[in-house]
Amino acid sequence: MASLDDLKKRISSVKSTQKITKAMKMVAAAKLRRAQESAERGRPYSEKMNNIILNLSSGLSDKETAPKLLTGTGEEKVHLCVVMTADRGLCGGFNSNIIKKAKAFFKKLSDSGKTLKIITVGSKGNDQLKRVYKDNIIENISFKESKNANYFDADKVGKLIIEKFENKEFDVCTIFYNQFKNVITQIPQEQQIIPLKINEDETKKSEEFYEFEPDEDEILGNLLPKNISTQIFKAMLENSASEQGSRMSAMDNATRNAGEMVDKLTIEYNRSRQAAITKELIEIISGAESL
Amino acid sequence: MSEQFNLEIVSPERSFIQKNDVTEVVVPAFEGEMGILKDHISIISFLKPGIIKVNSGNEENSFYVDDGIVEFKDNILSILTSNIFDIKNSDNIKIQEMIKNAESDLSNEKLDDQKRFIISQKVEVLKSLNSN
Repeated sequence: MASLDDLKKRISSVKSTQKITKAMKMVAAAKLRRAQESAERGRPYSEKMNNIILNLSSGLSDKETAPKLLTGTGEEKVHLCVVMTADRGLCGGFNSNIIKKAKAFFKKLSDSGKTLKIITVGSKGNDQLKRVYKDNIIENISFKESKNANYFDADKVGKLIIEKFENKEFDVCTIFYNQFKNVITQIPQEQQIIPLKINEDETKKSEEFYEFEPDEDEILGNLLPKNISTQIFKAMLENSASEQGSRMSAMDNATRNAGEMVDKLTIEYNRSRQAAITKELIEIISGAESL
Repeated sequence: MSEQFNLEIVSPERSFIQKNDVTEVVVPAFEGEMGILKDHISIISFLKPGIIKVNSGNEENSFYVDDGIVEFKDNILSILTSNIFDIKNSDNIKIQEMIKNAESDLSNEKLDDQKRFIISQKVEVLKSLNSN
């Protein structure tokens, strides 16, 4: 059995760890609220954008001349995967869930003989992926300096993707991110953004006539690159809310576990203190009896 | 009452403005300024850098936009834009900076004509804002 001093030291160290995790939980909770708010504020934009694109593409008369961003290159050989993770750790399974999802997808691709290119957004994803997929990673972007997810950063990523698409570096683009459901659950998502997947059911609903100025093709050509940035931005917002939620619940767990540990150690400490006292008493009594 | 329609301006980060008593909006559409009144035909168009003028009741507001998409449908005008600010509370330093950035973009040789046109428009509008 550990000596009383050792136990005391351990108790105090666990207690100070508990203080740290508790503080981190508080910070995450505050940040989560903000992240959630901005995710909600960002929703109308992407919804509107989606609606307009749906309306446009359903009214598109000639599929042949439609922009490549919508219809794809006609091939499916080279896949670009954008894996979006956090820049910081200590947030439970947040990063590894995305990576797991992405790796499963990568495996499917390589099994079917497709070429894989990866862009990682966020340093944690890069750290985990570079061990196995070092040669596939073509770009690593990290926004450590910017505090909150902002559109400007998302636009940078979007422009990079479009530039690569125009240089014919890939055929299909998929992004990976965590969708925020609630504090406890975040769902890792894969979403194909090039060529754009259009939900057939929704297309049927909108049979509106629009006047276009200039013509449809030009509007679509202008709109689709913006949509890429918007989708990336949406993913970034979801991700930052998920990251904080995930960190909050992870830190909450850690705090609770530390509390349990402190309780256990305190009981052990008290028992051994009592045992030591009892032992001393017995020694005194038996000493007195022998006289 | 009957002359009013709804206006919604959203940016990626938030819903910028929401009004339901708008009587006229003038937007800098790509092919020239476009005034929109109630019961306009459904239209989709996109914007070049310029000024959006919003008339509602007896007040008039002006906003600067970089780019954007306009959709008008069922008397709801939605404007999606990534960069917008109210001209009343714009600050000159920020505008100066934007002019400088745009001008440095212009010096890029590789620009195609369309982009060049848009950026020079932007410089023009910003400069006129600054002189006021």
